[in-house]
Amino acid sequence: MKLRTVLMGAVASLTMAPAAFAERGSDGQLGLIMWQAPTTMHPYLSGGTKEVIASSLTLEPLAGYDAKGTIYPRLAAELPSLENGGIAEDMTSVTWKLRDDIKWSDGTPFTADDVVFTANYCMDPDGGCSQLAKFEGIKTIEAVDPHTVKITFNAPRPDPFSAFVGAQSPILQKAQFENCTGANAPTCTEQNFNPVGTGPFRVTEFLTNDTISLEANPEYRDPDKPAFATVLVKGGGDAAGAARSVLETGEFDYAWNTQLAPDVIAGMEAAGRGKVTAAFGSLVERLHVNLTDPSPNLPAETRSTLEHPHPFLSDPAVRKALSMAIDRELLVEIGYGPAGKATCNYVPAPAAWASENTECLTQDIEGANALLDEAGWVKGGDGIREKDGVRLSMLYQTSVNAVRQDFQALIKQWWSEIGVETELKTIDASVFFGSDAGSPDTLQKFYADIEMYADNFDGNNPAPYLSKHTCNKAPSPANQWQGENTSRFCDPEYDRMVSELEGIVDADERAAMGRKMNEMLTKDTNAIIPLVYRGTASAHSNTLEGVQLNAWDSEIWNVADWSRAAE
Amino acid sequence: MTDPADKTTTLTAGNAATPAAASPPVAPSPNRSQWGDVWRQFRSHRGAMVALVLFVGIILFVSVGPLIWRMDPTFVDIRARNQGFSLAHPLGTDQLGRDMLARLMAGGQVSIAVGLTAMAIAIFIGSLIGVSAGYFRRLDGPLMRVTELFLALPLLPLLLLMVTLFREPLSQTFGAAFGIFLLIVSAIGATSWMQAARIVRGEVLGLKEREFILAARSIGTPSHRMILRHILPNVMSPIMVAATLGIATAIITESALSFLGLGFPPDFPTWGRLLYDAVDQMVLYPSRVIFPGVLISLTVLCVNYIGDGLRDAMDPRIRGR
Amino acid sequence: MLNFTIRRLLLAIPTLLFISLVIFLLLEASPGDPLGDVPLTVPPEVRDRMRAALGLGEPWPIRYVLWLKQFFWVEPLYWFDQAFGTGFSDGMQRIISFQSRSPVFDVIAQRVPQTLTVVGMSYVVGILIAIPIGILSAYKQYSWFDQIGTFVSMIGFSMPTFFTGVVLIIIFGVNLQWFPSVYDTTLQVRDWDSFMAQVRQMVMPVTVLALYNAAQISRFMRSSMLDNLGQDYVRTARAKGLSERVVVLKHVLRNSLIPVVTVIALGLPAVFGGAIITEQVFKVNGLGQLLITAIHGNDIPMVLTLTFIFAILIVVFTLIADILYGVLDPRIRYD
Repeated sequence: MKLRTVLMGAVASLTMAPAAFAERGSDGQLGLIMWQAPTTMHPYLSGGTKEVIASSLTLEPLAGYDAKGTIYPRLAAELPSLENGGIAEDMTSVTWKLRDDIKWSDGTPFTADDVVFTANYCMDPDGGCSQLAKFEGIKTIEAVDPHTVKITFNAPRPDPFSAFVGAQSPILQKAQFENCTGANAPTCTEQNFNPVGTGPFRVTEFLTNDTISLEANPEYRDPDKPAFATVLVKGGGDAAGAARSVLETGEFDYAWNTQLAPDVIAGMEAAGRGKVTAAFGSLVERLHVNLTDPSPNLPAETRSTLEHPHPFLSDPAVRKALSMAIDRELLVEIGYGPAGKATCNYVPAPAAWASENTECLTQDIEGANALLDEAGWVKGGDGIREKDGVRLSMLYQTSVNAVRQDFQALIKQWWSEIGVETELKTIDASVFFGSDAGSPDTLQKFYADIEMYADNFDGNNPAPYLSKHTCNKAPSPANQWQGENTSRFCDPEYDRMVSELEGIVDADERAAMGRKMNEMLTKDTNAIIPLVYRGTASAHSNTLEGVQLNAWDSEIWNVADWSRAAE
Repeated sequence: MTDPADKTTTLTAGNAATPAAASPPVAPSPNRSQWGDVWRQFRSHRGAMVALVLFVGIILFVSVGPLIWRMDPTFVDIRARNQGFSLAHPLGTDQLGRDMLARLMAGGQVSIAVGLTAMAIAIFIGSLIGVSAGYFRRLDGPLMRVTELFLALPLLPLLLLMVTLFREPLSQTFGAAFGIFLLIVSAIGATSWMQAARIVRGEVLGLKEREFILAARSIGTPSHRMILRHILPNVMSPIMVAATLGIATAIITESALSFLGLGFPPDFPTWGRLLYDAVDQMVLYPSRVIFPGVLISLTVLCVNYIGDGLRDAMDPRIRGR
Repeated sequence: MLNFTIRRLLLAIPTLLFISLVIFLLLEASPGDPLGDVPLTVPPEVRDRMRAALGLGEPWPIRYVLWLKQFFWVEPLYWFDQAFGTGFSDGMQRIISFQSRSPVFDVIAQRVPQTLTVVGMSYVVGILIAIPIGILSAYKQYSWFDQIGTFVSMIGFSMPTFFTGVVLIIIFGVNLQWFPSVYDTTLQVRDWDSFMAQVRQMVMPVTVLALYNAAQISRFMRSSMLDNLGQDYVRTARAKGLSERVVVLKHVLRNSLIPVVTVIALGLPAVFGGAIITEQVFKVNGLGQLLITAIHGNDIPMVLTLTFIFAILIVVFTLIADILYGVLDPRIRYD
């Protein structure tokens, strides 16, 4: 009797289990918590990471990046290449072949017109499209036939994969957004909140900055997916609360961006309900050294500009000593745990571009002291070094963030050991990362000697990221303080290399050039002092299967494949 | 009638509340004996005495303590991080190995100074505006409209603006730490006086129609003496409550400012910030939230009881009992 | 009294206009950028375009007047249209949030229910606890009840809600699993079960806020009662043989309410303003969370509209308080 029940149960579970995998909507609700809540479902209007992730539940690009950073087709039938003729011999155009079995979630077919429309939507001068940079250099875009799109560029392009690649630039439905172009873009609230997409889910209710309810898209191309019938995206709270609701209470299945101290994470994981994983893209936490003088005694027009070199940070020995005094491994251990790696590189990935630059990984306080002694910086009575009446006393600023404040305290301590005095300052993130030219506290104005933040690049092409550090991009009143070269690094040789890089087509040669430029910024000049190669950490429940974190594209790029693990 | 306290009337109780400088120095002896009465009455208030002893203890802890326990609160000893109680670190260390005892003492200096000063500013502005609005009918309208304006202003942008405008000039004139201290206490003070002003005004409106005020007015008492001697002493108790609550609010607001990047530099510990920073680690290291939490509550409780005791001691009706 | 009310209401209009101008200028002048949240990967030229699309290229007086027009003309017309199916507001631009690009009033309407239920409920609970505690504490000054009441309310007031909230979540959400740690704003009360779910998710945020409010109100109630209990009229009332009940609850209570009324009247607009930290800890996402995210995102139309509504409520409630003073103490006259 007993045996029979067991056998029956086994048989039942055997027949049930595959069924649970193979049916759309069989796994109930998927709960996502994003403590920084999405404000819209439309990545072209906001540009924030949170909106890109939310919209990737419904909208899809032609091609995406997988977890390793390699490009793969999504709505395209195949990837254009030189071999299949998708990329023109002279590199001035790219032709995408679209899949012919795709339907929008309202049942209408997906065609090349939608792709062309999307490009025009974003390139409209009055629309304020946040992904405009992805469409830069496009001369024309045309639908050759209902399933072929041809994009022609102004000049030959070694990397044609920017528009429609990755979750930042997905395809919009022409029928839905036809009347929303240009200045009308913001008025189409209904469309912006409930976009018709080709992705695995479609929006049923959107409450901005709060909750998004979605259901499985009945028209999704794979009849067995997604496994979840509904998705609830909840916003609000903080990183700790989000991690707690996944790891400790089990109210949610997945929490985005749970950047917390490693011991706090470990304590929460001990509950055994889930774990935190990290994916590494190109995000690097680093120090920018101000090579110009931020002294408040200078007139506002020339303060922190190339006109006045910094009184002591313009000395390469001082910059090198500052870098040598830092123990990067310890910073990782304190601040990021498994979600960080010590690095000396400005460009940490892709592998071909990351240079073998490991010298800075070992802390060398003695060496730094010797270097400063040699350069003529002598310790004064209070232990602070000086030369010709210039004291090594600095202001070190960053945004408000618990980990960054710990880093500040640690680095201040190490620098005091080499005779450098540091004053710390924190600035609200919305002010620091904002680019209000009237505010003295933005990272571009850089009214300090050292500043710390993290930055990365989209997709897997670091070239635009490296080209930020040319002389003419140093922030100054001439460009309304909007330049991206925050260190004010200025070397004609580097500028020359930037323009040369644009012309190189061969991938290996490009990477070699990139590595050289990376080393110029970091170990050669220490204008940028990289600290930690950061992953994006997210928590997910043990009952969730198929999660594969991705730092190159939307983090939940493969949500269609997720399912509830059989308990 | 043997007890001199019985002779004091509401009128002389007013003297007690006025600063010594305001009363004529002609007759110091009755004045002194009156303060003596207040002190005697205060001593008989058990809660207030315990609170006073504790409060003095806290003040000594944060002011004299660092002279005895000479560890630098910002010294990072990374090998000794997250330690429990030990001889080297009596209250353990934080996530960077900084000594908790030293941090609590240093943090207390800032928190108590900010709490008391900001509260004093807020109560001063609040009482001034409240009494003027309640007493002088012509001022009532304009002053209350100003109060409404301040109540309606969004606090955060206002503070952000104040910090951007004044942080650099102030820290250049007064030095980094003191400049920011001035900025913070005036920011908190300038944005938290409105409730006190409304409460005081409400009380004064009722008070000025009372018989003893009418009587005082009929003998030609000038306005300033009327306010100092008759009105203020009678609105002392709501002011006291507002002051006690104000200290707690100021200590918490200071921590809120610092995690907006508007407060002291990040390596400057304060009780509010110690508490906030430790909330995430509450489960792992409960002592890190308990100590600053207990100290904040204890300070507020002490001030509250001292306030209660003072109020009772200064009230002639109670003192006589 | 009626004259006074009408005069004050008329005076309120220029006051409010002035307040709105001050708030607008404050937001203009304060540092911060609506695009602060946009990743650094977006180049400056694109940022400029985005800024222009938000209308930030116009000079401030134009933007202010536009907002006034939208607030006082377009929005009322729109709501009129919604109610009566007319089309007066067709083609007119409503107030649009910078962050979500949706009409500000639609978002506010979404948020009002959860804020009123959670924050409003906590305020009601707070008042209901505070007034009896305040009365009893004063009547039995320095009794055990008073001592414990003082102790609890001082702790309740001095512990910030970012701390008490997390403590409650760890005890009741994580360890005991009695209450959910995340507030579900999409929950609709239809039957007994959903009603119980709503009650369960409200318990913790309401407790935290009610403790804080009760602490404050009970302190003012107690001190004011103490002042009045020592007055001559109380002795008179007792002397003429009134029962203690009548003396305390009718005479003393009524005369002690003025500061309490002030505190409550100033607190009620704050109910609309939401409770920023508590809403964040429990993820209630009401008006407080809306305001703080808007401030962080420098969403000027949203912040301006919210704070302006807030200002209207403040003006109205201070007027109500002033009228109540006259009711509580007929000697107070404004004319």
